[in-house]
Amino acid sequence: MKKLLKIKNLVIEGFTDEKWIEIVHGIDLTLERGEVLGLIGESGAGKSTIGMASMGYTRQGCRIASGSIVFDGTELVGATSQVKKTVRGRRIAYVAQSAAASFNPAHRLIKQYAEAPVKHGLMSFAEAAENAVEIYENLLLPDPEKIGYRYPHQVSGGQLQRAMVAMAMACRPDIIVFDEPTTALDVTTQIEVLAAIKNITRKYNTAAIYITHDLAVVAQLADRIMVLRYGDLVEENNARDMLADPKEEYTRRLLSVRTLREDKDLSASEKDVILEAKNISASYTGKETVLEDIDLKVRRGRTVALVGESGSGKSTLARVITGLLPPLTGKVLYRNQELPPALKSRTRESLRIMQMIYQMPDTALNPRQKIRKIIGRPLSFYFGMRGKACEDRILELLDMIELPDHYIERLPTELSGGEKQRICIARALAANPEVIICDEVTSALDQLVAEGILELLQNLQNKLQVSYLFITHDLATVKAISDEIVVMLQGRIVEQGVKKEILTPPHHEYTELLLSSVPEMDPDWLDNLLKERRNNLAKV
Amino acid sequence: MAFFKLLRKSPIIARIGLVMILLNIAAAILAPVIAPYGETEVVGDVWMPMSSEHLLGTDHIGRDMFTRLLFGARNTIAIAFVITMCSFAVGISCGFFAATLGGWTDLIISRLVDILMAIPVLIFALVMLAIVGNSIPKLIVVIALLDSTRVYRLSRAVAMDIEVMEYVEAARLRGEGTWWLMRHEILPNALPPLVAEFGLRFCFVFLFIAALSFLGLGIQPPTADWGGMVRENSGAITFGIFTPLWPAGAIAFLTVGVNFIVDWFLHVASGLKD
Repeated sequence: MKKLLKIKNLVIEGFTDEKWIEIVHGIDLTLERGEVLGLIGESGAGKSTIGMASMGYTRQGCRIASGSIVFDGTELVGATSQVKKTVRGRRIAYVAQSAAASFNPAHRLIKQYAEAPVKHGLMSFAEAAENAVEIYENLLLPDPEKIGYRYPHQVSGGQLQRAMVAMAMACRPDIIVFDEPTTALDVTTQIEVLAAIKNITRKYNTAAIYITHDLAVVAQLADRIMVLRYGDLVEENNARDMLADPKEEYTRRLLSVRTLREDKDLSASEKDVILEAKNISASYTGKETVLEDIDLKVRRGRTVALVGESGSGKSTLARVITGLLPPLTGKVLYRNQELPPALKSRTRESLRIMQMIYQMPDTALNPRQKIRKIIGRPLSFYFGMRGKACEDRILELLDMIELPDHYIERLPTELSGGEKQRICIARALAANPEVIICDEVTSALDQLVAEGILELLQNLQNKLQVSYLFITHDLATVKAISDEIVVMLQGRIVEQGVKKEILTPPHHEYTELLLSSVPEMDPDWLDNLLKERRNNLAKV
Repeated sequence: MAFFKLLRKSPIIARIGLVMILLNIAAAILAPVIAPYGETEVVGDVWMPMSSEHLLGTDHIGRDMFTRLLFGARNTIAIAFVITMCSFAVGISCGFFAATLGGWTDLIISRLVDILMAIPVLIFALVMLAIVGNSIPKLIVVIALLDSTRVYRLSRAVAMDIEVMEYVEAARLRGEGTWWLMRHEILPNALPPLVAEFGLRFCFVFLFIAALSFLGLGIQPPTADWGGMVRENSGAITFGIFTPLWPAGAIAFLTVGVNFIVDWFLHVASGLKD
């Protein structure tokens, strides 16, 4: 049978430091009609670059150096822009990671949907609008007749992502390239989008290239999986075979489920409580509350995971605890001593015991300060350390976060994402804190790098008996490192307790929804889950 | 030391710019030594052409042009530089204060600046100079103050963007004071746009001084300044005499030199490897 897309020996180069450097080294890829191919790998693996190259396109600063890309009998490498234009958008479409950033906020969804078919002369706007209803319906969007007439800000994140899939489907393309379409979404929303994508590719027999870093997600959709690393192919196989029996060490590492941490005895007395939030309500405007009646305890040397979707008030709670946002009611206690609500009135000592690590290490480190200053400042600020003593302590901290001594002279821009996050940890540790608030610290990192960070945090806790308040939306992380779990929904705590209790049924309804929404490595997981949820609905 | 290291790697354009500026500074410092005549000495006829006695000819009342150009460099560069420095010092500190403290501080400073900016600069300067009188220190204070409103706007906007970064929040959570935040967290990151603005402002300032001189409120004759020299001799152009082009050329020369250096600095500061 003739292949729909055939990429042979593709080499792509990127322009850095005044010279061209190979970033994809001779990849072969084929795609048949109706087949879904998963491309997986960490950032820098070349997934997106390959995905875009399948349309004969490269990002600015990249070029296709050699190889061939044959789409349905047409060679795209070196093709005229005329030829490429007839293919792009019409026969091969692209769905980007962030729908919010990809839609024009000034136009209604339907107008943006109709852009491609009208431009390619396939149909008039009226026809396209009519057509859209069917696509919207197949994407399981609510109110398919009217939703197109909304503006991008009037629909939710998951709906917007589906609207973008609809846009890609507008010309009924033969191939859709999905570039991490669910990465920016909450787990519960991710399910909707995955189900919609699965539904529509099956229905229209569309081939797809699905790019992601999450093996469990790709397992739900792909017929075949290619694992990439540093622009090379690591392993390629049928989805089921690969999941059942990965050949390469790297794939096995991606597949391995994180080790669960053993439960600790939590019957410890109240004395152990380091930090306590009592009856906290907070608001940004002074009117609508974003937090209501929050009670929370962090014990010495333990980890409390604060779980919830975006908008549930997790980060706001962190702001209240640190004093950035004084609460409307309630108080924050440190060892049973009430802390002043506002940052300004807290003492240096009470600031020292509580440190914070952020989600984006890029913005959490001053790009113009050397590591020496970043880590050294808390030392001189809190302990008045200077000269040799300060230098020695910085090196000791670098050693603790497993980075070499010479990093002391570096700027944050000279470090990788994982290394930057380690520096953030070192900066927090420099203050000898008792509680570290970790706000989604692994969300911006690749899977294996994230695991390294979690492991480090765990080791540090064992050694230093520091407590963590771990804010996250990722339940896999929660399972891996927490002692206690607090589940938040719309500014309220819906359930809290020891990890084992929370993770074993019966759950609170919302906890159940969250837990069941985390993709598993089982290719049938999504189908089974959707069937089960339908049955449950039918019963009700 | 670091500067020389950087200089060795600098592109040719930056070196040219540096040489241009150094020439100007040398001219300014060595003016009394090099200059063949006195600053205000009338030595010949009106608008004499170039000759071995008068390298660049003479001006509208017969003073040696070359001499005046050297002395002009003194006044113009030094005064413009001091004014720009002052306006940046005031503008940046107010801008950063407004951005970091926010609230009422921001509101009050910003509205005051709005009021200052609402009045046309030239008219405002005229009024101020008419009130406080006319001397070089007063000139510096008035122009610096007026100029600092523009610097304030820019530095406040830049600082606002930086202020929301998490590293600033981290420093704030550590308990750092406002001064430290401004000096160590915000300033280094705000430098590139501010330096670019410095190059431009510097040039505007001496054009502005020239405009004031024209109206009789800038640097007073017979003290030489480039802007004033252009104005005094501008009539010559209609007779096909290019004497006024000398001071104009000097202004252009310095402007280009300053901007070459600014471009290079921006390049270095942006972290791009050549």
